Amino acid sequence: MSSWAGPDEIFLSTSLAGFLDKKLIVLLRDGRKLLGTLCSFDQFANVVLQGACERVIVGELYCDVPLGLYVIRGENVVLIGELDREKDELPAHMTCVSEAEIRKAEKAEREARDLKGSMRKRMERGQEARAALSLSSWALKKATCNLVEVVVWV
Amino acid sequence: MEEVLRWFCLPRSGCRASISGGPVSSPLLAPPLISISLPGEGERRSPPSSCCFLLFFSYFKELVGKEVTVELKNDLAIRGTLHSVDQYLNIKLENTRVVDQDKYPHMLSVRNCFIRGSVVRYVLLPQDGVDIDILHDATRREARGG
Repeated sequence: MSSWAGPDEIFLSTSLAGFLDKKLIVLLRDGRKLLGTLCSFDQFANVVLQGACERVIVGELYCDVPLGLYVIRGENVVLIGELDREKDELPAHMTCVSEAEIRKAEKAEREARDLKGSMRKRMERGQEARAALSLSSWALKKATCNLVEVVVWV
Repeated sequence: MEEVLRWFCLPRSGCRASISGGPVSSPLLAPPLISISLPGEGERRSPPSSCCFLLFFSYFKELVGKEVTVELKNDLAIRGTLHSVDQYLNIKLENTRVVDQDKYPHMLSVRNCFIRGSVVRYVLLPQDGVDIDILHDATRREARGG
């Protein structure tokens, strides 16, 4: 990466120099979204964010949790996007809530997901049992048929 | 394409080639600035040295300015104009829009973005983006030992 290239090349290359001092959104591999101003970077996409905050989104609710100065190791970076100041950062129907509320919403969502997962597991187990039952009844029927045939033959 | 093929011969074992390309609009017409340095001068992430890797680097450089869709390993798919690409296949896109916008509301105001090469799953190319004959030819030359 030509990090130390001349000013013209900076804007033509993949260098992050063009993003310096801009407000960015950084997507991480674990799905987190960090916002902040780019202070520094290197060829691994290690980045330093000033005034970083994490944007937690749950359904229609969101919250920017302040974090401070962050150094992000490059391997965790998925995407670095420049936020357009003229455009809304989020759709109008989304509402900003406090950190406590977003954590509560997160917890509720997680519990709902867990419940759904356990219900599916139970249903799958039920299906397996039904399949085993139908198989055994089929075997029984077959055995009876054979027996009848044997009787007729005798 | 000749320029592309010349690049294949560059990075042999022990050498580090850093290429800062010519004008983006026609990366293959102007001779690229090529500097070769030996390893051991503060180099940590060794640039990919295989020639086939540079084949795709050169190939993507030809696609600069075209509209592509980049699908990431986290299933996020982004469509935009290819601004630039480097030897790690990091990608910069302009005028981006996310394919499934409702699922990713936080990407609403992102117009320019940098995507780390290691998280890319697919790059969907424009219909006229692939000249199979040239690619075949380059690959065969490479297979013969460049």
